[in-house]
Amino acid sequence: MSVNWSKYSAPMAFYPLAGRLIPWFSVMAVALMGVGLYMGFFVAPTDFQQGESYRIIFVHVPAAWMSMFLYVVMAIWAGVGMGLNARLSFMMAQAIAPTGAMFTFLALLTGAMWGKPTWGAWWVWDARLTSELILLFQYAGVMLLRTSIDDMRRADRSSAVFALVGVVNVPIIYYSVQWWNTLHQGASVSMSTGSKMAATMLMAMLIMTVAFWLYSIAVILARVRCIVVERDSLPVWDEKPAVVQEAVEAR
Amino acid sequence: MQWGSASEFFAMGGYGLYVWTSFLATALCMLWEVLALWRRRVAARAEQRAALLGGTDETAT
Repeated sequence: MSVNWSKYSAPMAFYPLAGRLIPWFSVMAVALMGVGLYMGFFVAPTDFQQGESYRIIFVHVPAAWMSMFLYVVMAIWAGVGMGLNARLSFMMAQAIAPTGAMFTFLALLTGAMWGKPTWGAWWVWDARLTSELILLFQYAGVMLLRTSIDDMRRADRSSAVFALVGVVNVPIIYYSVQWWNTLHQGASVSMSTGSKMAATMLMAMLIMTVAFWLYSIAVILARVRCIVVERDSLPVWDEKPAVVQEAVEAR
Repeated sequence: MQWGSASEFFAMGGYGLYVWTSFLATALCMLWEVLALWRRRVAARAEQRAALLGGTDETAT
């Protein structure tokens, strides 16, 4: 089956497609969150070092991964928008920022909740924590830059440049626990050495990560649809034919 | 399963405050985001409809 994917780069074609996809991603996200939480609380064993406090990992790590991952995806869309001068790409970048910022905030908050019982401090100026806080400011910068510029094309390009430059912080966050002597524990899951966790703990964490991923896709698609409607005053795509007819007759 | 009773489950081995704050905050953020998006969509469509039915008078920019 051949599908002409490039046609979906036009907002008019993308809009209804996104609308059809949102319920699927939402249902899968909720289902996987249910499975992930069940495994995290009822199947995964107690940690021999940290007791039950480690269970924060099931929201902390997925949120932190999403915060970095979404930033990279946002920067890629911003880059594509700059390269191809594609409006929909800029809209995607715009739609990702708030969700990325939310996950960054959650990574920091749940990190504080884990740090207090484990280290005895809500916050320390450690390389991992500081670089993640900078990521939150970067998301805020991308969003503020956009709202502070009236001309949409300039707002798109300025925030895209800001997002692209800031991408250097993502590897810094990721490798901070290796490059510096941090209080934050090292990676429990590594691409080179595999996992140091019990299989059920790892499974619960990965399921929660996939669930957060699906959740992000659903809310980002919903937001990009709002942005399409807000930016183009013309779309009548999901209005009922009768409403469109009435509008045409009124003119 | 490692929980003898419901109260043991909620106590989380003494870490209940930290664990439940984390999960509750995450749930609230997600619910808030979904609700905010739903409201944004309603507002955007209302504005679009007003622009559409308002003839040539373009109030939406």
